Amino acid sequence: MSGQVDNSAEAKGWHSVVNDWAADQRTFRVSWGKLMMWIFLLGDTFIFSIFLISYMTVRLSATDAWPNASQVFELVVFGHTVPLFLIAIMTFILITSSGTMAMAVSCAYRKQKKLAVYLMLATAVLGASFVGMQAFEWSKLIADGVRPWANPMGAAQFGAAFFMITGFHGLHVSAGVIYLLVVARKLSRGDYDQRGYEIVEISGLYWHFVDLVWVFIFAFFYLW
Amino acid sequence: MTISTSYAAAHQHDQPGSFWTRYVWSQDHKVIAIQYSLTAIFVGLVALVLSALMRLQLGFPGQFSFIDSTHYLQFVTMHGMIMVVYLLTALLLGGFGNYLIPLMVGARDMVFPFLNMLSYWTYLLSVLVLLASFFVPGGPTGAGWTLYPPQAILPGTPGSGAGILLMLISLAIFIVAFTMGGLNYVCTVLQARTRGMTLMRMPLTVWGIFVATILGLLAFPALLVSAVMMFLDKTVGTSFFMPVIMSMGEQLDYSGGSPILFQHLFWFFGHPEVYIVALPAFGIVSDILATHARKNIFGYRMMVWAIVAIGGLSFVVWAHHMYVSGMNPYFGFFFATTTLIIAVPTALKVYNWVLTLWQGNIHLTVPMLFAIGFIFTFVHGGLTGLFLGNVVVDLPLSDTYFVVGHFHMVMGVSPVMVLFAAIYHWFPKVSGKLLHDGLGKLHFWGTFIGTYLVFLPMHYLGFLGVPRRYYAISGTDFIPESAQSLNSSITVAALVVALMQLLFIANLIISLRWGKTASANPWQATTLEWQTPQTPPAHGNFGPQLPTVYRWAYDYSVPGARDDFIPQNLPDSAVVIDDAQAYAKAGQ
Repeated sequence: MSGQVDNSAEAKGWHSVVNDWAADQRTFRVSWGKLMMWIFLLGDTFIFSIFLISYMTVRLSATDAWPNASQVFELVVFGHTVPLFLIAIMTFILITSSGTMAMAVSCAYRKQKKLAVYLMLATAVLGASFVGMQAFEWSKLIADGVRPWANPMGAAQFGAAFFMITGFHGLHVSAGVIYLLVVARKLSRGDYDQRGYEIVEISGLYWHFVDLVWVFIFAFFYLW
Repeated sequence: MTISTSYAAAHQHDQPGSFWTRYVWSQDHKVIAIQYSLTAIFVGLVALVLSALMRLQLGFPGQFSFIDSTHYLQFVTMHGMIMVVYLLTALLLGGFGNYLIPLMVGARDMVFPFLNMLSYWTYLLSVLVLLASFFVPGGPTGAGWTLYPPQAILPGTPGSGAGILLMLISLAIFIVAFTMGGLNYVCTVLQARTRGMTLMRMPLTVWGIFVATILGLLAFPALLVSAVMMFLDKTVGTSFFMPVIMSMGEQLDYSGGSPILFQHLFWFFGHPEVYIVALPAFGIVSDILATHARKNIFGYRMMVWAIVAIGGLSFVVWAHHMYVSGMNPYFGFFFATTTLIIAVPTALKVYNWVLTLWQGNIHLTVPMLFAIGFIFTFVHGGLTGLFLGNVVVDLPLSDTYFVVGHFHMVMGVSPVMVLFAAIYHWFPKVSGKLLHDGLGKLHFWGTFIGTYLVFLPMHYLGFLGVPRRYYAISGTDFIPESAQSLNSSITVAALVVALMQLLFIANLIISLRWGKTASANPWQATTLEWQTPQTPPAHGNFGPQLPTVYRWAYDYSVPGARDDFIPQNLPDSAVVIDDAQAYAKAGQ
């Protein structure tokens, strides 16, 4: 009694959309691994969104004044105080790493395996330097007396939210660096020669996601 | 990557050698499903014992010296959390989801078997961490299953030291386990269906589990984030959820946090969680009703869209759990409205179940009894939900036993009825043995009548104003003496219900050992899991050739056909037709 469902090719409008999506065997023309990464990233998006929304909420509920971000994150360079100097470099590095990652994906699909491996290593190095600079920034803030539970410049929630969210993001970047290194090593060893190099794109999806999240953290933390 | 691993490749794993690789570190979805189910049933029994202890105190206050107020609160908390997360979610998705998805959509296994195995072991770790909290100084947390701060992490609440921390860690581990399993379920349903198995031919069981898993993947992040923040509040002294506060006569170092934020995050998880439990139950009960009434499910497409609509709406109703916290009236109005809207697709499902039964050839088998019992308990709990969805009605009732009665009916008893129906229904496939019928019927009537005797009077207690969560209510002026008599009778009924579950466990063991051998398709069902060459299905599920699907899952009693069911994998040419005219008229 499949007559209930208009599966015919002549199905019109809404029915044809449903039929396309509901076709047998597979809904999306992508591999299992890539689809899994997309769905995982959707869940991870929710995690970071909720982190950021929680940050906005505690920023509103905090009773002490919120510190001025451009003062907190300024750096003295050659005798000049430049606001957001370090963050600008970090953001630049991370976005550059997205560029090298995209090039790695492109090379992998053009079967330029060696180049893809080098570009992935470059991405990992950029990512690692981002984490290193974040550690430097943390140490600077800690030297200034900012703690998760207290903050000489105002609301305690500033330190709490900052360490928690950048820490969570930093963990993502660190995990990404390890992930990229593992994939690059297996790629250069020839583990994927039979199956194809789609894994490079899948790891790239994760990397771009981590970058995109940083853009939002940057906007909400440093520019607001 | 090919969609179906070749049978030869699957067959290589068929003889993985030792006992350990086959039954312990197994990557076979069926073994993982059984591991999940047994672990979930085990913690479920722990939670059942806890509820019996609570009822002993409430029914006969002060008679049992080992239940003091501290223990009582800990029992409440652990009972709630275990039942909702570690039993229902794990058994419905980890157990039935794992077992049924690949078999019902015609796949050889989940798409990522290793991840699937990892999911189970991570789940087991979360259970062990949770149970470990019974043995730490101060015991498990007694903050109530909602774990509201500030009280959850302040001294004065039982288990506010190690107990609450272990609870938060255990939840975080559980979420990791669920994510690994959930990604598997979603990808398998979307990408690994066999030929002919379109989404709109999938059994409703798979639809329910599929949508519930998506809800889980999007709702659990809120719980994870709130667990992380509360963990930081407790350990390093941040003030995410903690306002300026006095505790035990001293001002604490917290300031400026928002306890309401936690409630929002918790219920943004908590309400979809209700449907993470309910949607698989909806799906399973639809299939069981159709099979045992020998009739196609009424309004299949409507049922699918209702599942999807309920899933979507469940993300915009969460604050109806927070009316008593106080909120902007427009806010309350919005959430009351969305809450009542969700009743529309839900009622549609109930009508369709009843219409499926209408003029069906009803076989009152044990799974069918539980499925019909579910319709009763669910309508019951659903109707009281309409009361509580309205702000003005909710305010006076929210902290009373009315709410306890309501949510136990709708998301305690109802999904559990479906779980029993599902176990009785699929046990022959899983084990190759039939469960004992007489014991099963006794189990059903004891549980069905018993739970009504437990939860129906609670609504009345709620109208009297008996507050929930309280250790003792004696000496309260506005509560009449008779409330205590009612409480005692509830306790007696609850103990009988608990004993009935031991009968069920005994039935499982006895039938496994001495039960009648089941045929491949004892209920004469149409779906693919009953068409496997072996019972129980072997590794790879379907033998050398994956089945091809020619029809939807509900070809029962098709006019003109000789048999009253046509399996999904039977081509039109192979259907035995007695009355070609009637058959053609039925649209075949």
